[in-house]
Amino acid sequence: MRENNMTIPDVHVEEAGNSGVKPLLEIRDLAITFKTSTGEVQAVRNAHLTIMPGETVAIVGESGSGKSTTALAAIGLLPNNGAVTGGQILLDGEDIAHASEKRMIELRGNTIGMVPQDPMSNLNPVWKIGYQVKETLRANGRPSGPDDIAKVLEQAGLPDAHRRANQYPHEFSGGMRQRALIAIGLSCQPRLLIADEPTSALDVTVQRQILDHLDTMTTDLGTAVLLITHDLGLAAERADKVVVMYQGQVVESGPSLELLRNPRHPYTKRLVESAPSLASRRIQVAKELGVEAADLLAPTEEPAADHVLKIQDLRKVYKLRQGLGKATDFAAVDGVSFDVTRGTTTAIVGESGSGKSTVAKMVLQLEKPTEGKILFDGVDTAALKPAELFKFRRRVQPIFQDPYGSLDPMYNIFRTIEEPLRVHKIGNKASRVKKVRELLDQVSLPQSSMQRFPNELSGGQRQRVAIARALALDPEVIICDEAVSALDVLVQAQVLNLLADLQANLGLTYLFITHDLAVVRQIADHVCVMEKGKLVETGSTDDVFESPQQDYTKALLNAIPGAKLMLPPEVA
Amino acid sequence: MVRFILRRLLQAIPVFLGTTLLVYYMVFALPGDPIAALFGDRQPPQAVIDTLRSQYHLDEPFWVQYGLFLQNIFTFNLGNDFTGQPIAASLARVFPVTAMLALEALLIQTVFGVAFGVFAGLRRGGVFDSTVLVASLVVIAVPTFVLGFVFQLVFGVQLGWAKPTVGANADWGNLLLPATVLGLVSFAYVLRLTRASVSESMNADYVRTATAKGLSRPRVVMAHILRNSLIPVVTFLGADLGGLMGGAIVTEAIFNVPGVGNKLYQATLRTEGPTIVSIVSVLVLVFVVANLLVDLLYAWLDPRIRYDQ
Amino acid sequence: MTSKNSHFVAPIDETPLLATDTLKTEQAPLSLWSDAWRKLRRRPLFIISSLLILALMIIALFPGLLSTVPPNDDCQLGNSEAGPAPGHPFGFTFQGCDIYSRVVHGTQASLSVGLLSVICVVIIGVTIGAIAGYYGGWVDSVLARLGDIFFALPLVLGALVITQLPFFRDNKSVWTVVVIIALLTWPQMARIARGAVIEVRNADFVTAARALGVSRVGALLRHVLPNALAPIIVMATLNLGIFIVLEATLSFLGIGLPQSIMSWGNDIAGAQSSIRTKPEIMLYPAAALSITVLSFIMLGDAVRDALDPKSRQR
Repeated sequence: MRENNMTIPDVHVEEAGNSGVKPLLEIRDLAITFKTSTGEVQAVRNAHLTIMPGETVAIVGESGSGKSTTALAAIGLLPNNGAVTGGQILLDGEDIAHASEKRMIELRGNTIGMVPQDPMSNLNPVWKIGYQVKETLRANGRPSGPDDIAKVLEQAGLPDAHRRANQYPHEFSGGMRQRALIAIGLSCQPRLLIADEPTSALDVTVQRQILDHLDTMTTDLGTAVLLITHDLGLAAERADKVVVMYQGQVVESGPSLELLRNPRHPYTKRLVESAPSLASRRIQVAKELGVEAADLLAPTEEPAADHVLKIQDLRKVYKLRQGLGKATDFAAVDGVSFDVTRGTTTAIVGESGSGKSTVAKMVLQLEKPTEGKILFDGVDTAALKPAELFKFRRRVQPIFQDPYGSLDPMYNIFRTIEEPLRVHKIGNKASRVKKVRELLDQVSLPQSSMQRFPNELSGGQRQRVAIARALALDPEVIICDEAVSALDVLVQAQVLNLLADLQANLGLTYLFITHDLAVVRQIADHVCVMEKGKLVETGSTDDVFESPQQDYTKALLNAIPGAKLMLPPEVA
Repeated sequence: MVRFILRRLLQAIPVFLGTTLLVYYMVFALPGDPIAALFGDRQPPQAVIDTLRSQYHLDEPFWVQYGLFLQNIFTFNLGNDFTGQPIAASLARVFPVTAMLALEALLIQTVFGVAFGVFAGLRRGGVFDSTVLVASLVVIAVPTFVLGFVFQLVFGVQLGWAKPTVGANADWGNLLLPATVLGLVSFAYVLRLTRASVSESMNADYVRTATAKGLSRPRVVMAHILRNSLIPVVTFLGADLGGLMGGAIVTEAIFNVPGVGNKLYQATLRTEGPTIVSIVSVLVLVFVVANLLVDLLYAWLDPRIRYDQ
Repeated sequence: MTSKNSHFVAPIDETPLLATDTLKTEQAPLSLWSDAWRKLRRRPLFIISSLLILALMIIALFPGLLSTVPPNDDCQLGNSEAGPAPGHPFGFTFQGCDIYSRVVHGTQASLSVGLLSVICVVIIGVTIGAIAGYYGGWVDSVLARLGDIFFALPLVLGALVITQLPFFRDNKSVWTVVVIIALLTWPQMARIARGAVIEVRNADFVTAARALGVSRVGALLRHVLPNALAPIIVMATLNLGIFIVLEATLSFLGIGLPQSIMSWGNDIAGAQSSIRTKPEIMLYPAAALSITVLSFIMLGDAVRDALDPKSRQR
């Protein structure tokens, strides 16, 4: 134990240490190596962690940090090209790092359960849910009659379990599938449950419900949980202890709150600073700009604000085909009105199916509204002639969610960023090259990246390229559709800072579509909360966060992981 | 499920109409006298011409002709061939033989193709996998009729394991050799497809989850890898039935099997256009119906299909 | 670490903090195609098959390089089924023609049928499949049914019907065979192209291009199609081999190339009368054909592996 730890009294620790309770799982000096076409890659080195019976331990790290690999090794499910090349995995004192497949089959389900990450791909689409529960029970020698199956599903919070057991996975929503997977993972009452990002694919409110339920169940059963997550806030909220992994190594571990309040390793410090769910204020770029900041911060007397975008009673109705020829109307967007002030950021927040992306598509003129108006600079965009629409496209540009999908893999970075210039016939070859160089500088990418292809860049770098492409035409408005959702926390913070800088320097207006309220707090001036196609609440970010008026908004705010954790000011 | 069957049936109708129309149009509605065209350089007896004229209602407008032609197919009123024999009667005689041959070939290619494919896919890169993969390539690269002659020569003539030609009394045993030849090419495709499909589903998330549940390896393979891997294979088999029909013509010609294919081949040699058109139309009907059945099997294997749309 | 719950911090020099999200610059830039090419170059399967194909192309274009004996001129019935003789390494056919010379000269017809058919199938299939997949809706339904109609006509059966048409019966040539093959096999290519286009058409980069002001057709041509090419190329390579087999099968049934054109299919068909007495007469053209087909199928396999998106780094 390091000396500087002693400042925090930790009575609980000493108790656990003295009572002689044996750890359930102890990982010591674990090393895992993958064989790849380019040689051997060490994915995990010197990993160590300890889980006491009934305890929840979270491993936190970015993608590629080795957190999932470590967990998979504990249940003997490393991919075929991976192997434990050092260290021990002690389960009740028995080293299972190199246990026989027979022994692992005995342990899986019964002693170690697993809840996987993606509910969409982890249930076999061709078998009924009931069967997938049944085979788990049967394989572990438990009664597997229809009532047993229904009981397992009911405990995981699936109502009407007898009927549900007879349905196929595709008849379930994402949240229900995750409940089914939790039911399967806990059906044989294992002593250790490995939960690998169990809710990261779900909406925040569903996420909260499911995690609450998981908490209750594991507490009732006395199950220890190894929780894998990228979200420090979620880890701190749910786990007794947090283990931070970086570059395949454990860089810091300790009791959750202690680690959060007093991070020691520079990586953890950075992680705590960047975690959007923990940050509680707007990225203040203006402050750094010195003199100008005074102007920006002072409330300028603008009685009639300059609304660059006015959305009025927007409606989008889709025809849903049901069976043979019958069609029903479905309003994806239903009577939405709001204004966007020039030079500010307006966020539209909502869960999947709220219609927020459809609004974005209509503003971008990629979908036609069924009813309502979108006024851009006072002009009704529905009335634009093709030539005017072409000009409109120069002024409003999008940045999309998926940094892997938003760049054409066949185009190198230069061609990608140059394309808008070429399409709009701006300048000649030489001036375009110059412009592309400038744009790369603006998004802090080296000019040497011009000849590279998207597959050679990381997610964050691709998103920078997408930003550069969006900026190429000097637009006034940028629509960010979940632009940072797919990025690791640190990279996300970096990109958000970049966006804030660009706004300050270029006077851009952002319409920011996101499901993540935590991000909203960091970047938006105004918030529009959408639910099922309708606008439920609008207001300035501070107002909405401090005194939400609608139940739905409150539920969303409550669902932010780690929101309730109070942080001392010097960290936040 | 009922809705799926209904929709699939509805889709099959325009396909059948379109395909028969295509066949019929090509033969009877292109410029020139179709009867003269059907016989080429030969001058058929006047009696044959007259029968054909009434058989195909060539004096009526095109759509009426086509309608009556369809009616003829559905009532198996297929007219006579050049020897004056009713085509329907001789088809009824030869059809069971071809059905037997095709079924046997289908069985061989599916059972062996899937079994070999699964073993190769589970142990990708192993000795068995490499051997089978090379063998399948060779089988694909050699035309069926060359394989037919080689098998006939080796197993029929030199080794004497089977009769080199089938002749009049076709039964399951006699048809084994031609059925093997017929099924061999598709066997190679089924094998390759199963192998690819198995090694892909082995890496599927739900397979890992099944293992994590504590299932034994054999159970994971049977319930989760095999069943899911069969879905693309079934799709292929449906599409491949047409190839089986084409292959049957070649195989039956080589082994002198008294089946539909042989009948067609003989008609080709004698350039008997009307006979060819009649038989092909019936076979198209069979093909459409068979594909329908395969689609139902597909829907049974993959519940998502039943549910979608 | 005496206590189980201690606050552990790894020595900082063990995992130095790297700058967030730095660009890896060690490797030279790689496009999808040059990446695939780099992978292909190292595969023996690819090297062997492409060398074979190159050799076959040369033989097809300049058969005189390998055989000075004119294939048909000095056929003498006296040489019928005769064995190898000086200058005639493979012996003679039933008609007394030089087998070696015929095999060499037959390359051209077999390869042209394969190549031309594939070109036609790609043009028809990709156009129809891409339009169906890209525009969707009723266009897709109509084109899908159209494809089903041609697909429901099994190839050999369809060929039998088409060759009964006077025009095709009287003008048998490489082109009639090409038309028959293309007409009856395009739906498969259309399905592949449709599937590939559908996979790409909703990608964000296509939407981004549209939002930049790229027209709908422009987005199809510049972004969707280039990204949908990989499965089409693989299918085309495999098809090439299959079509060469097909030509042989049609010729065997007497509905392929006319006797006047030398092709492996015709030679194999012609050798069936000698199969019991002299099987090697069939062996040579059959071997030539099989090696060719094998080359194309191996090439297709190698290209598929190289273009497989799963094998690409992300």
